Amino acid sequence: MAEAPFGLLAELTHRCPLQCGYCSNPLELVRRDAELSTENWRRVFDQARALGCLQIHLSGGEPLLRPDLPELVAHANSLGCYVNLVTSGVGLSRDRLRTLASLGVDHVQLSLQDATRAGNDRIAGIKAFDRKVEAAAHVLDEGLPLTVNTVLHRQNLDNIAGIIAMAERMGAERLELANTQYYGWALRNRAVLLPTREQLAAADPVVAAAQERLRGRMEIVYVIADYHEAHPKPCMYGWGARQLTVAPNGDVLPCPAATVITSLEIENVLSSSLHDIWHDSPSFNAYRGFEWMSDPCRSCPRKEVDFGGCRCQAFQLTGDAAATDPVCSLSPDRSTVDLILETEMTPAEEPAMAMRKMR
Amino acid sequence: MTTALDAVPRIRRGVKCTFDQIREAHVVLFPEGVLVLNETAASVVALCDGVRSVGDIALALAESYDGVEPSDIAELVARLVERRVVDVDG
Repeated sequence: MAEAPFGLLAELTHRCPLQCGYCSNPLELVRRDAELSTENWRRVFDQARALGCLQIHLSGGEPLLRPDLPELVAHANSLGCYVNLVTSGVGLSRDRLRTLASLGVDHVQLSLQDATRAGNDRIAGIKAFDRKVEAAAHVLDEGLPLTVNTVLHRQNLDNIAGIIAMAERMGAERLELANTQYYGWALRNRAVLLPTREQLAAADPVVAAAQERLRGRMEIVYVIADYHEAHPKPCMYGWGARQLTVAPNGDVLPCPAATVITSLEIENVLSSSLHDIWHDSPSFNAYRGFEWMSDPCRSCPRKEVDFGGCRCQAFQLTGDAAATDPVCSLSPDRSTVDLILETEMTPAEEPAMAMRKMR
Repeated sequence: MTTALDAVPRIRRGVKCTFDQIREAHVVLFPEGVLVLNETAASVVALCDGVRSVGDIALALAESYDGVEPSDIAELVARLVERRVVDVDG
């Protein structure tokens, strides 16, 4: 039997006031009328806790758009879970945060798109910067720990020092600087987002110096730009190993991007229990462990480190979800990634960002 | 890596300690993840109250356990600091 998961990523809704062109939600966003009811989300949390989940990440889209968020926070808290609110900050008024904190939010993760108002609001597609700054102040006033999350790409990597300074000013205890991972919207906008080698090389020492300077005050987590690396990321620390995602409509996913693997038969909480899906479903067992691997992964000692990389990326770039992640220098498909870098890092004409929108 | 015996550890803000009936183990929950504690670690974490020093914790544990070495406790606290579960003053 597989080990129990530690975390549930609950995508309460795909609706969001922001329109970031690298959104991790799928291109086919779940519409409001297909979202799970309050009662069903409560049942999902019950089942997640019984399965072993100790952390519930309330995410989206923008979770504040669910009017039942206070009830869901209280329910997750009553189960003894660590409740993490993942938000754009838009709509997080002082009163709202105070209510949510009193009901059991343990930690707030706030997105920041760029270092400046102009940059942030251009990427977000709406005027959000000032509201994020206010939201961060409310989180601090309430005494909750704050993580600021920034997705890095060609349009903001040059401002990385300013982003770090902004997170410091916001009072963050943690800053996640995550280079864009190319699924869904980010894949669609890859030619706008792919950073240049020079940008990444310039960012590295800035991040390292800030990590040193801020040690003990603000932890900086840096997520690599995997297309530029020789080895893949340890995606999800293995398929069906630590965490599961429930999409707004109740689809249960081994990772938030897994809907891109069209060959995968996705189960739903309305027809099966989380327990059965986690332990017995073909989708969660498809790439668990090492048995599904072929070479070069199968005989590679690094398989214990990176688990063969990312299944979604393998599917998107090679058409085979069981292939070695093609960013790996040992993959027979690495040339695909090199060609993408060559053509999309410095396109002759800068393409326009397709903003995230419901169709 | 170790911690001074007169350092005073305390659970960090935003860190929750609880018992998980599913795993039948004490666990520490924090933004980055979950730590499943063994019995010794759980006893130490329970005493990281911002009042007792590492030395005090070792003394308190020696009342219930044999062979408690203050240096082992100091090392364990250092690991908890590294994982951002506890802070130390002094």
